[in-house]
Amino acid sequence: MRSYLDFEKPVAELDSKIDELRTLAASGSDIGEEIVRIEDKAVAALHELYANLTPWQKTQVARHPQRPHCMNYVEALITEFTPLAGDRKFGEDEALVAGFGRFRGESVCVLGQEKGNTTESRLKHNFGMARPEGYRKAVRLMEMADRFNIPVLSLVDTAGAYPGIGAEERGQAEAIARSTDACLGLGVANVAVIIGEGGSGGAIAIATANKVLMLEHAIYSVISPEAASSILWRDSSKAQEAATNMKITAQDLLRFGVIDSILKEPPGGAHRDPAAMIAITGDAIAQAFNDMRGMDAATIRQQRRQKFLDIGRKIG
Amino acid sequence: MNWLTNVVRPKIRSILKRDTPENLWIKCPDTGQLVFYKDVESNQFVIPGSNYHMRMGATARMKSIFDNETWYDVALPEVIADPLKFRDERKYVDRIKDARTKTGMNDSVKVGYGRMEGSGVVVAVQDFDFMGGSLGMAAGEALVRGLELAVEKKSPFIVFAASGGARMQEGILSLMQLPRTTVGVQMLREAKLPYIVVLTNPTTGGVTASYAMLGDVQIAEPGALIGFAGARVIEQTIREKLPEGFQRAEYLRDHGMIDMVVHRHDLKPTLARLCRLLTKSPAIASPPRAESIPAEILVAPDAVPAAHA
Repeated sequence: MRSYLDFEKPVAELDSKIDELRTLAASGSDIGEEIVRIEDKAVAALHELYANLTPWQKTQVARHPQRPHCMNYVEALITEFTPLAGDRKFGEDEALVAGFGRFRGESVCVLGQEKGNTTESRLKHNFGMARPEGYRKAVRLMEMADRFNIPVLSLVDTAGAYPGIGAEERGQAEAIARSTDACLGLGVANVAVIIGEGGSGGAIAIATANKVLMLEHAIYSVISPEAASSILWRDSSKAQEAATNMKITAQDLLRFGVIDSILKEPPGGAHRDPAAMIAITGDAIAQAFNDMRGMDAATIRQQRRQKFLDIGRKIG
Repeated sequence: MNWLTNVVRPKIRSILKRDTPENLWIKCPDTGQLVFYKDVESNQFVIPGSNYHMRMGATARMKSIFDNETWYDVALPEVIADPLKFRDERKYVDRIKDARTKTGMNDSVKVGYGRMEGSGVVVAVQDFDFMGGSLGMAAGEALVRGLELAVEKKSPFIVFAASGGARMQEGILSLMQLPRTTVGVQMLREAKLPYIVVLTNPTTGGVTASYAMLGDVQIAEPGALIGFAGARVIEQTIREKLPEGFQRAEYLRDHGMIDMVVHRHDLKPTLARLCRLLTKSPAIASPPRAESIPAEILVAPDAVPAAHA
């Protein structure tokens, strides 16, 4: 059963009409033409809708439970994926998946937040909200990748780092700072893809990359629209306004020079055709790594530093 | 064009001195006792008796650290104003204007270069009175410039952090200050120069997830609130009451997150001693008295002498 977001109501109505007509057609009525006509209409409506998503609608799409998550990309794009566990200091954090595998035949280090798809997996992955252990594991793997000259791929999808007593006591902020620091210190190329939600410090910790790609309807923000609404407007119902004013869409971020390119989503969003989205993403990742092939460690590091220093100095 | 648009308005804010207290008496937030403002001010904004550390403005902080209360204000880069054209209940540009009038500062971070117990040091101070010390593009550039200057001058870099976190009105560009300031810290580290962070009340949010937690030595002032997530957010998430002293300086020290909690009166000698030890400079027999050091001119390119009353 397909689920619809509230703004998709016109499409949902057309789809249910198509289903009705199909049932009728199955019982012998000659209404094939009518079905095709309404199907075309539904496709057009979906295109129209998704070409004009508001920032708040994009927020809902970015968080769609059926949107392909980190592990969907890993399963489709990475062969011989071998997850590694633990930060060697305190524990293992499955919100942040980390390991080595092959991307198009070559070794790659993969880091990514996994939100989970079922109640059980969501709990296991803590809804994609990492604790300090997750970021310290990321640092450990990045150091390893650097030493073995293996490029790093980050798949970013988190509402933010986990806010909890233990996380604070064990230095959540320091763990994030060290992870960003580790990204900036890498002498190997790294590519980050914002596949869903890029939630603040929890995202930047693994998204400080030579190339930052972002899906067409993903969001990337310093604070969630809901939190911004209650802090800046002192009114939790202003999330839509906050989403618009904070400029969190891929289109805005490209203009600010915060991301390098936008990956177009299939009609109706990534969740309507995960396989197509993952294939597009795979090609873009390959392209990004290819562009940096042959660069030495110092050049890679310098390019990344300069790229971040330049952000905000000129805005087109 | 009407020639009147070119009129330069007199800078009223330079006439208004904010160290004139509005109230002669202030109440200690800890004990509730009433104390004479002048006594607090002359005690480095520590309440006599209760030892409660009040917030300290950027200029007062610089005075407390640099010899002879003298330093050079480091010229800071201009940044693009209001990139998001942001407004919430009010326009961001109006909030900025108000903060400038209120504090006399251009943005939340001030950078100074001068001597501390005789040795050159670059000091950056976040002023909480300027929009909660929030980290935006201007503050990020100020820190990067300060770190670059420390590398040029081969001197240690000290930051006094005080901030509610990222400046939300600059959206993603404020988040980008986390990696940007980290680049600055890396440059200092590569030059093998000490980086000391002093966490003051309060230091929270994105600031703690970048330069404020990357110091070679991490110091905090007594009782300072230091944390990544806000207490209310944590309580709402876990539906539990927070432990006593949670996210306070002493709590962080007990959990191994910072090196020491230092009383404001002891900060300068502690910082100077650490700088000497880490730069392998000779020990000094007794800390020189401020008056004994000649107010010698320090050459700092891009730096203009600070005007102090």
